[in-house]
Amino acid sequence: MTEETLYDKLWNAHLVKENDDGSSLLYIDRHVLHEVTSPQAFEGLRLAGRLPWRLDTNIATPDHNISTDKAERDAGVAGMVDEVSRIQVQTLDDNCDLYGIKEFKINEMGQGIVHVMGPELGVTMPGMTVVCGDSHTATHGALACLAHGIGTSEVEHVLATQCLVTKKMKNMRVTVNGALGTGVTPKDVVLAIIGKIGTAGGNGHAIEFAGSVFREMSIEGRMTVCNMAIEAGARVGMVAVDDKTIDYCRGRQFVPQGEMFDQAVGYWETLVSDANAVFDIEVDLVAESIAPQVTWGTSPEMVAAVTSFVPTLDEQPSEEKRKGLERALEYMGLEAGQAIESIAVDRVFIGSCTNSRIEDMRAAALIAKGRQVAGSVKQVLVVPGSQMVKAQAEAEGLDKIFMAAGMDWREPGCSMCLAMNADKLGSGEHCASTSNRNFEGRQGSGGRTHLMSPAMAAAAAIAGHITDVRAFSGVNS
Amino acid sequence: MKAFTQHRGLVGPMDRANVDTDMIIPKQFLKSIKRSGFGPNLFDELRYLDEGQPGKDCSDRPVNHSFPLNQDRYKGASVLLARKNFGCGSSREHAPWALEDYGFHVVIAPSYADIFYNNCFKNGLLPVILSEQQVDILFDELAAQEGYQLSIDLPTQTVTTDSGQVFSFELDKFRKECLLNGLDEIGLTLQDADQIKHYETERAAQHPWVFGVIK
Repeated sequence: MTEETLYDKLWNAHLVKENDDGSSLLYIDRHVLHEVTSPQAFEGLRLAGRLPWRLDTNIATPDHNISTDKAERDAGVAGMVDEVSRIQVQTLDDNCDLYGIKEFKINEMGQGIVHVMGPELGVTMPGMTVVCGDSHTATHGALACLAHGIGTSEVEHVLATQCLVTKKMKNMRVTVNGALGTGVTPKDVVLAIIGKIGTAGGNGHAIEFAGSVFREMSIEGRMTVCNMAIEAGARVGMVAVDDKTIDYCRGRQFVPQGEMFDQAVGYWETLVSDANAVFDIEVDLVAESIAPQVTWGTSPEMVAAVTSFVPTLDEQPSEEKRKGLERALEYMGLEAGQAIESIAVDRVFIGSCTNSRIEDMRAAALIAKGRQVAGSVKQVLVVPGSQMVKAQAEAEGLDKIFMAAGMDWREPGCSMCLAMNADKLGSGEHCASTSNRNFEGRQGSGGRTHLMSPAMAAAAAIAGHITDVRAFSGVNS
Repeated sequence: MKAFTQHRGLVGPMDRANVDTDMIIPKQFLKSIKRSGFGPNLFDELRYLDEGQPGKDCSDRPVNHSFPLNQDRYKGASVLLARKNFGCGSSREHAPWALEDYGFHVVIAPSYADIFYNNCFKNGLLPVILSEQQVDILFDELAAQEGYQLSIDLPTQTVTTDSGQVFSFELDKFRKECLLNGLDEIGLTLQDADQIKHYETERAAQHPWVFGVIK
């Protein structure tokens, strides 16, 4: 029998039908819905007189638009100040109520950013196909799921048929072996990978992250890495099942118990690439060569070690790269050759589906503890990824550490990652951000984003400029 | 779904690599619960000098005249000429909705991000892939010639210039068929409902933990 990759196994296990034209019908186990990319899908369903194929596959929650301000959140959907957003969140509630879809509503325990919520509730389990109208759905691949983002037409298609018409991707493996240095986190690993293969490097491929670094990494860390597969162009990012995966799943709300759990584990343990499976592309990185990473430009591939410098024009290999660099420097208000650590920050954002889990909160709190936000920094938003993360962080007293340092402790949601609510940058402002995209205008019109890890963002808040977290006592080893 | 067979139209340029979907349609417009009306806000941050808001009338907003698509010679463009990795980033289908609502029927680029590429076909928008060299030629001709038009033919998978150059492009058979016939993909999949049910029954027996837990 041919040796299979993890992706091959997941694909084959969900194949309903192969069509003559080269497309396939793939069965979907979990469909996660939120307010922004679902209303037009539900409308399409209604206009065609169709019903959802299955209810116990769908799970919904509002996350993109909702306020993170406590007073506004306490007033619920009816109290949402932005009328257009309020209608959108209300529409999600109405659609879920109408069709009987399980939803964790705005202030319910369980609510959170879709990609934080799914794994923490055990809605997503190893071996599943998971889709959502959001490109960061690859996050769930940390549990060895075949998970990827889809457009709204496909949201409607999955609602109506429980399947996607799709084509198999190619296999790519990114191997990172060795030991990460002190202060080097999963975020730094994935930014270094994107820096190496580029923002289109994974186009058309499903990436499996392999090697000792990922074996040693926590499941939450693996989620951070898989989350940003899309920033390397790959819709799918995955890590094979190991004991950590199984331990993570055990006891979660929607995970079976007892005999059925043991039965599931028996299957989950097969979810690894066979020893001699062939990948279309292999990429290798050495863990010891990865320093804390910071993006300086307007694409996630415009990334450098914190100890280095903004690139110069004469280093660029092509005219296209030179043009891209010139445009990025102008937008970012930076000089070629400038030290990364000399970049002052106006605001700091710790949150997003990339870095808002409890381990992220703890890493930021370790740096914030007993220190003060620099006077030049206007705002530091710490936004937990879910109600459960918020409750856990508060039980550990992390909220008090953040507030004592002069940071804002907020309600769960996507917040300033994409600035659909009131949390946004002003034009020209630099932000140390734990989110996933540094595109022009992403965090607010004219805003300038620098992506980095939670510990690095907290350190920037304290220093008032980008700084190497390894110089701080308390940094995670 | 809308059908597409041929199109001939004025070409407009978007001369930068890695154009992301945030740039194509900024997030504040994603609050709409409709599929239409995104055209006036296509490339909003590049097109206008002020910050756009949903529901704001765009007709009296200050226009960025240095943005090519705002120039008179590109008014009415229906073919967008772009660079590599067009449509990267967010999965928002609002991006092809905005392009289509603005009046584009075809995008030509050396490569696309996967999700954007897929989303185009659901909306009667044809994303054509040509080589970087061919796209360079088209950019040069476009810069040199006012009123530059291209003809795109899906059945023969070709882009033809007025001077008679013909460039062929590849695309998947199933995507081509759906676009040519404007097929209802959901309706097509539902023709296989028995097979889907059969798969479900088998899988529920093998992997029962997947079913019935979300209530």
